Amino acid sequence: MSGELAPATPPRAPVRRQRRPRAPQLHMTVRLTVNGQPVEREVEVRKTLADFLREDLGLTGTHLGCEHGVCGACTVLLDGEPVRSCLLFAVQAAGATVETVEGLAPGEALHPLQAAFREHHGLQCGFCTPGILMSALALLRAQPLPSDQQILEILGGHLCRCTGYQGIIDAVRAAARTWQR
Amino acid sequence: MKPPPFSYAAPRSVGEALALLQEYGPEAKVLAGGQSLVPLLNMRLARPEVLVDINRIGALAYIRRRGDRLRVGALTRQRAVEASAGVRRRVPLLWEAIRFVGHPQIRNRGTVGGSLAHADPAAELPAVVAALEADLVVAGPGGERVLSPEEFFTGYLTTALQPADLLVEVRFPLQDGDTGSAFVEVARRHGDFALVGVAAVLRRQDDTVGQARLAFTGVGPGPVRAREAERLLQGEPATPRLFAEAAREAAARLDPPGDIHATAQYRRDLAAVLARQALEVAWQRSGGRRR
Repeated sequence: MSGELAPATPPRAPVRRQRRPRAPQLHMTVRLTVNGQPVEREVEVRKTLADFLREDLGLTGTHLGCEHGVCGACTVLLDGEPVRSCLLFAVQAAGATVETVEGLAPGEALHPLQAAFREHHGLQCGFCTPGILMSALALLRAQPLPSDQQILEILGGHLCRCTGYQGIIDAVRAAARTWQR
Repeated sequence: MKPPPFSYAAPRSVGEALALLQEYGPEAKVLAGGQSLVPLLNMRLARPEVLVDINRIGALAYIRRRGDRLRVGALTRQRAVEASAGVRRRVPLLWEAIRFVGHPQIRNRGTVGGSLAHADPAAELPAVVAALEADLVVAGPGGERVLSPEEFFTGYLTTALQPADLLVEVRFPLQDGDTGSAFVEVARRHGDFALVGVAAVLRRQDDTVGQARLAFTGVGPGPVRAREAERLLQGEPATPRLFAEAAREAAARLDPPGDIHATAQYRRDLAAVLARQALEVAWQRSGGRRR
């Protein structure tokens, strides 16, 4: 009787092991969530998140402008926060939730932010737009009615060579009004 | 613009990180927020063989008060410092300066320790640490040691950190009620590195300057303390004239670089103007009367 109740293997005493760190790797398997979908891939550790999104996942909406953190075109949301995907390695996003411009509109209809950008001439060539949309998305989630200063502060992290910015500012202001949540 | 090949490890504890640095030290670089290191990798200005990514060491990200110090873990994101009511209230100079670091998207990743260990000559945080005489806690093979800013910053992009060392904490003195501080800078655009930045800290004794600290960024190989100007201020009745004189004295001793953004003379002139502004604002904030 008592034999049946005994655990198959005796419980091990909790030993505090001094873990030996894993030796540095050239390739790793990375698991993360991208636009709500679980993703698992083997990647070279030097691959940036931006290149991972574009080349491994085919999500080419995330654009690469300067590749050193200045222009903001590659901005994505990492666990909800806007970050430069050119300054982060894909392996560093393991376990994280990443959102890109592809995840913005659920179907054919534009997200209110996208609609506002079209309405207010918030884009011309469109190269910088995906990054700006992701930064604006994070701002409007945190501040449904942002001040102009908050809008300018978040847009300060983006370069646009076409619009002169005024249309972008107008679009973010407008989206704050039209986005029903 | 792709980084050269390297191998990568993401330790979970300071002990593991130190073991890796001990093993690969001279060939390894510590990856914190990556907002300076990854551009250097992308442009292949840095070619480390091993990256030791400390971003999984959650125990290095904290802001907590211990006695008369605010202890900030090296991995604390700049954005977390900006959002901290404790920092804003008790180390207002740090709070004011950190908002000049890049943009929100950069500060979401950039860390306090990373900015200090990188020691860019035009970065804001080294000047803040110098003006506050904050303690820098370094873990290494021989255990922990505490360095002053003067000991820590040793030159252009260079610190006292050895290959097997890790900066783990910064201890900022809490600002008391009779002290005022100010950080001002001029950059080509907000978020760019400063052409000149100034951190001023004044302790008030009635209508005289009790203690003065003045530190510049962007005008030398690292943060530059203006000790002569500090001596000139200490014990003197606070007047606009005194502040202007101290600012001129400080600027005259600088040997700033000239580049396409600003000539050396422009930087020196700017340093005098900004130092005077910083001193006047710090004095007002200390509760001092405006004369």
